Amino acid sequence: MTIAALAFYAFGITVVASGLLVVLARNPVHSVLWLILAFISSAGLFVLLGAEFVAMLLVIVYVGAVAVLFLFVVMMLDIDFAALKAEMAKYVPLAALIALILMMQMALAYGAWTTSEVADRLRGAPAPAPAEMHNTRALGMIIYDRYLYLFQAAGLILLVAMIGAIVLTLRHRTNIKRQDVLAQIYRDPATAMELKDVKPGQGLG
Amino acid sequence: MDEFFSTTLGMFTIMLAQSLLVVGFVMISLLFLVYGDRKIWAAVQMRRGPNVVGAFGVLQSVADALKYVVKEIVVPAGVDRPVYFLAPMLSFVLAVLAWAVIPFADGWVLADINVAILFVFAVSSLEVYGVIMGGWASNSKYAFLGSLRSAAQMISYEVSLGFIIIGVIISTGSMSFGAIVAAQDGPYGLFSWYWLPHLPMVVLFFVSALAETNRPPFDLPEAESELVAGFMVEYSSTPYLLFMAGEYIAIFLMCALMSLLFFGGWLSPVPGLPDGVLWMVGKMAFFFFLFAMVKAIVPRYRYDQLMRLGWKVFLPMSLGWVALVAFLAKFEVLGGAWARWPVGG
Repeated sequence: MTIAALAFYAFGITVVASGLLVVLARNPVHSVLWLILAFISSAGLFVLLGAEFVAMLLVIVYVGAVAVLFLFVVMMLDIDFAALKAEMAKYVPLAALIALILMMQMALAYGAWTTSEVADRLRGAPAPAPAEMHNTRALGMIIYDRYLYLFQAAGLILLVAMIGAIVLTLRHRTNIKRQDVLAQIYRDPATAMELKDVKPGQGLG
Repeated sequence: MDEFFSTTLGMFTIMLAQSLLVVGFVMISLLFLVYGDRKIWAAVQMRRGPNVVGAFGVLQSVADALKYVVKEIVVPAGVDRPVYFLAPMLSFVLAVLAWAVIPFADGWVLADINVAILFVFAVSSLEVYGVIMGGWASNSKYAFLGSLRSAAQMISYEVSLGFIIIGVIISTGSMSFGAIVAAQDGPYGLFSWYWLPHLPMVVLFFVSALAETNRPPFDLPEAESELVAGFMVEYSSTPYLLFMAGEYIAIFLMCALMSLLFFGGWLSPVPGLPDGVLWMVGKMAFFFFLFAMVKAIVPRYRYDQLMRLGWKVFLPMSLGWVALVAFLAKFEVLGGAWARWPVGG
């Protein structure tokens, strides 16, 4: 067994095990931490595939940003976890039923699956050698040159979703104090402060 | 001997020795950095600083480290033990991990991967977990509040750091540090380096690095006058030492990044002088001196000012700069000062 194969099994087993633990962990914060481990191990799998750019993006975007948000939200929750787990036992039969139906549907779909004749040839076609073009550049060519319009359209869709989220959550409250940063910066001792000479026994009157 | 080093075991031995060398360098410089930090700080405030242990107190950090290690580990009641102990280890290991791809001279690097800069960025974006986990697992309101503030701060400044790095990547056309430094090699010595074409971003990178590593004037996570010591208030002994060490290693990493990205890494500033590892170490030491001076001179920011600076000033500026650099590079303005891919990538 080569080192690459060893690494593959190590990462693969970690992904599956931590994925299971995401569901099984009693504490939701632990669940998120296991999820992070699963992300990092799948980044390792990407590295083994030779897609190191995607691996790094997975770590930066999912682990460095998305999972932090998850963790923030989960840590802020004030839930009685024991009660929640007790509730869960009630729904296990229903969940099992849904899982069974899904599995049957997948089996049906797979049973009716036919492979096109060209598929094998396409799969066997040699990928561009890493020496010729490394995958950052290859991805850049695909996203920004060949499929530029599709990429821009995807960006616009995300922008619309973002604006929608802002519009839905924006509230204009009238009775709050807002900071005027410029006013704060331009405040000087002459306007903010007044020196008084206090006479003994008289006070400021 | 050569035969042995070409076997798997031999290569493994070489890699292990190289890794130990880098970790040793980082750990020993860490001891002197802490000492230097305190000495510079003391000099600015006209104090003597550490001067008892060893000649001029150079061994003070060693004594401090030993003191932390032999102290009793106090675990507060109700902590989440696995996460509580995982947090300091994580922040230390991640801080050391990024050094795997930092080159010290031409070819002197542990792992010469072609997404090196992304690797550093990814690892430093993971460092926030040490803070969050430590604060949450401590089972204390103050530690938790401190960790939330710290995490928000680290995430905010990571964004602008990323954009600044993208500007450099666009100029070079590569993400490997070797190529980035090679692209700065030119006939004009230090005027060929990226600090000149990327001047505004050097300032932004320095300030963002301060905020990202929780250094003063952005040391809100451990603002001693308001939050005790932020997320690490419940830690003592070796776990605390690991947090501290991780923090200083991250600062030193930022110094290395400054010198690699904008100040030519191991290139000599004067044409004609030989390039080499000494320049790199010297530049890193110089930037650490700047970090220490900032700590001594600049008063602490208020939290809302910090957030405003990150999101409303640095983010638009660095984003605009990425677009600007893209144009400057594409049309090779000023003789291609921003487009160096023929040399680098």
